[in-house]
Amino acid sequence: MAGVAGGNDFQWCFSQVKGAIDEDVAEADIISTVEFNYSGELLATGDKGGRVVIFQHEQESKNRPHLRGEYNVYSTFQSHEPEFDYLKSLEIEEKINKIRWLPQQNAAHFLLSTNDKTIKLWKISERDKRAEGYNLKDEDGRLRDPFRITSLRVPVLMPMDLMVEASPRRIFANAHTYHINSISVNSDHETYLSADDLRINLWHLEITDRSFNIVDIKPANMEELTEVITAAECHPLQCNVFVYSSSKGTIRLCDTRAAALCDRQAKFFEEPEDPSSRSFFSEIISSISDVKFSHSGRYMMTRDYLSVKVWDLNMENRPVETYQVHEYLRSKLCSLYENDCIFDKFECCWNGSDSAIMTGSYNNFFRMFDRNTRRDITLEASRESSKPRATLKPRKVSTGGKRKKDEISVDSLDFNKKILHTAWHPKDNVIAVAATNNLYIFQDKIN
Amino acid sequence: MAGADGDDSLYPIAVLIDELRNEDVQVPNVSGGGLPGYRSKRSCSSRETFRCLRLNSIKKLSTIALALGVERTRTELLPFLTDTIYDEDEVLLALAEQLGNFTMLVGGPEYVHCLLPPLESLATVEETVVRDKAVESLRKISQEHSPVDLEVHFEPLVKRLASGDWFTSRTSACGLFSVCYPRVSSTVKAEIRQHFRTLCSDDTPMVRRAAASKLGEFAKVLELDYVKSDIISLFTALASDEQDSVRLLAVEACVSIATLLPQEDLESLVMPTLRQAAEDKSWRVRYMVADKFSELQKAVGPEITKNDLVPAFQNLLKDCEAEVRAAAANKVKEFCENLPEENREQIIMTHILPCVKELVSDTNQHVKSALASVIMGLSTILGKDNTIEHLLPLFLAQLKDECPEVRLNIISNLDCVNEVIGIRQLSQSLLPAIVELAEDAKWRVRLAIIEYMPLLAGQLPLTKSLCRVVVYAIREAATCNLMKLVEKFGAEWAQNTIVPKVLGMANDPNYLHRMTTLFCINALSEACGQDITTKQMLPVVLKMSNDQVANVRFNVAKSLQKIGPVLDSNALQTEVKPVLEKLATDTDMDVKYFAQEAISGTRFTLASLHISTKSDLPF
Repeated sequence: MAGVAGGNDFQWCFSQVKGAIDEDVAEADIISTVEFNYSGELLATGDKGGRVVIFQHEQESKNRPHLRGEYNVYSTFQSHEPEFDYLKSLEIEEKINKIRWLPQQNAAHFLLSTNDKTIKLWKISERDKRAEGYNLKDEDGRLRDPFRITSLRVPVLMPMDLMVEASPRRIFANAHTYHINSISVNSDHETYLSADDLRINLWHLEITDRSFNIVDIKPANMEELTEVITAAECHPLQCNVFVYSSSKGTIRLCDTRAAALCDRQAKFFEEPEDPSSRSFFSEIISSISDVKFSHSGRYMMTRDYLSVKVWDLNMENRPVETYQVHEYLRSKLCSLYENDCIFDKFECCWNGSDSAIMTGSYNNFFRMFDRNTRRDITLEASRESSKPRATLKPRKVSTGGKRKKDEISVDSLDFNKKILHTAWHPKDNVIAVAATNNLYIFQDKIN
Repeated sequence: MAGADGDDSLYPIAVLIDELRNEDVQVPNVSGGGLPGYRSKRSCSSRETFRCLRLNSIKKLSTIALALGVERTRTELLPFLTDTIYDEDEVLLALAEQLGNFTMLVGGPEYVHCLLPPLESLATVEETVVRDKAVESLRKISQEHSPVDLEVHFEPLVKRLASGDWFTSRTSACGLFSVCYPRVSSTVKAEIRQHFRTLCSDDTPMVRRAAASKLGEFAKVLELDYVKSDIISLFTALASDEQDSVRLLAVEACVSIATLLPQEDLESLVMPTLRQAAEDKSWRVRYMVADKFSELQKAVGPEITKNDLVPAFQNLLKDCEAEVRAAAANKVKEFCENLPEENREQIIMTHILPCVKELVSDTNQHVKSALASVIMGLSTILGKDNTIEHLLPLFLAQLKDECPEVRLNIISNLDCVNEVIGIRQLSQSLLPAIVELAEDAKWRVRLAIIEYMPLLAGQLPLTKSLCRVVVYAIREAATCNLMKLVEKFGAEWAQNTIVPKVLGMANDPNYLHRMTTLFCINALSEACGQDITTKQMLPVVLKMSNDQVANVRFNVAKSLQKIGPVLDSNALQTEVKPVLEKLATDTDMDVKYFAQEAISGTRFTLASLHISTKSDLPF
């Protein structure tokens, strides 16, 4: 199933789109994170309004065998509320920065959600029974005379319509001075890490009143600050290994076995800069916006402004693969700097078998790269192609010279439509793509 | 059963039953596709009220069960409880605890198995505290099962949990093997061992952790042959698990396993694993070894300690991770104490002490402070000469350490050094440093000095320097310690050293210090006796009744009431009474109030004096 598109493998087709169609988008509705759970049965999104929406995969129906099951709303809840830090006179936005699912431990599902400051553990559980039979009330709710109670009734549980409840189980607060950019659950299933601009903390999932600082890059004098932490993730298999990326385009891999404070990395991944392409923007565009381990734990992928790189954990001096996401923007960096787009934080993700990767771009385009065939494709998440079962047509951006038919010129790209967050189903070819306030779900076409 | 005639005695029970149910159901929001603009409007207070009511009902579950009778408890209440596992942790925790004491309420040991279904569902919830409590209750009621019931009801439950889909149930199973193992037939025993083996190699680290933490307990109930054949291989596997959180729990199991095995088997069966743990790549595992060192040492016996543990301990004291060094430093005293007597001194002097010396100047303050809390204990083990030659310089260095906690820990343990080297030596070498600390910038250190002053006073000669410490105590109004000091040294010493300092402060420009004089007098009068109180303290107190600060004046009234019983009746009548009467007409309300209080108080004293004089009369 390796192929991402084209060729004989399969084609991506539209499955669903969620969210309002209106032209004017409410700020609170903008999706800020997308995440499948470990089985792929649930898909969670967080938005700038502090809400978490969970979609559940419906079983395939017999009547429409050509359709894979769809994702429907399972639960919606307000995870974070706007707050105000009176001591620092700072507003704390409710925007959900990250969602991470916990491995399933019983019939309920658990996820961590975080805004800039506070991480919360939510339990999503089902209830399908209701207690019936009161001592003090009649069936129709009228109160009984307390003096006329002649026997005791024990309530009986009766089936009722399925109800999904989300309840906050733990609140991990007051541990971050700067904005939290990542959370990641450890493979030991009892701890997780949270990273802000300068520090990384390690938490126990059951303990909210303390966390351990494992990385601190804050200089004694803030004027000497030269880099910040941009993302961090735990290794999927080795509980003692985690990585964090920096705004300087480097990645540090740390081993928690070596010392309690991991201020000295075990490995340091950095690609030497090509002096010929050096420019005023070099530093900004080399900043890493996301880092993700492959499911196998052998590789990791980093996203910087113009490219995606795959690193072998055993080779520190350069990536094993580099994919250009939108090289045509290199000539546009000046205007992208002026409209602040150059600071956009694009995320990236692996497919279930680590054979393909996906990341977003502008104009509601997103890119996929097949690691085996080295083929790549640009697709668009748009209302126009959102007819059921419609196959997604590859898009092309003309790079200089004469624009061919079906190509889009760089100048007509819409930089307000950006795809920052995407997620790939852990087993199947199902992807979720967040385009501003809409969530698109695509899947492979079964021939 | 009560209540057939419709009296209202059933009403309270009816309320309790109605409040058992979890009514607070959040209204779900299912509005089809799209991302609905939904904000939850859950009323927190009503949710809270429901929870409290339910918690209250669950805590009175025995009352409900008693009213329902054993039959209905079994057939109605327990099935209901089994299915209500939706609740808040606090409610579930209370339920799990209650069910452990429910045997009589379901009809005695014969029916105790009825309690298994609700506890089984509680043993699968995600909240660890609830699960642990459910397991605890299950362990408790397992003892009330007859051997037959244990095999028919309890053991199948353990098996179900052990092979459950979710790891929560499998972790709970780990805690139940050891309670049923000793009481079942040998075929079932074999099955239990098999289940335990499976859980030790479970996919999820949580279950392996649960199994590792129960390994020692399970080993204790196993026959020795099985310990050697089964447990050792499991132990070895867990101790080399890929997750450090599992490996470190194996260290704990090591202690119990080592105590079970005969000495001759330890070397081949346990030591390779222990050696490996002490040198584990992960500092958390080494930390665990350091933390459990005394237990390990006792478990493996003197011979292995000498050959193996001493070098291991040296390495831990020199570990590259501060957390490990701190844990090891904490164990220095216990480790040395438990060394075999015959070559203890030699081992400490040649192997341990050099490491300790290095730790005194460690870069990490937690390490130094851990060491400071136990280092004084070495003096009893090493004897006078070694203490003076080798340990005193270390104590001195730590007394002057830059970190207050280190200094504090040394001061708090001074008494054990005194026993060994005697007062003279101690005062010569340490006193100057201690007196310096009485002026420490950190108030916690000063406070510690004051708190230990009575103790120090027992050991140090009455030098001028000690008096300086006393002055600080007075300043800090440590009156209770002053009293102890006076009791120790007698009234004469107090008259010469403390009283002048106390009275001197009566003229201090700061009214808070002037009040301190009064507080000290309150504390000292009884210990100093009538003579000093009347002649030296009373005039000062009386003079302060003219103080311009009202707070001082009403404290004068309070002091007069307090020292009244110590004074003779003459002084009370001629000196105290007029002053109190004057204060009773003060312009300040509080002064007036306390003066009147004191007058009625001293009158009582006068009256009692009067009575006692009367009763002295011969009849």
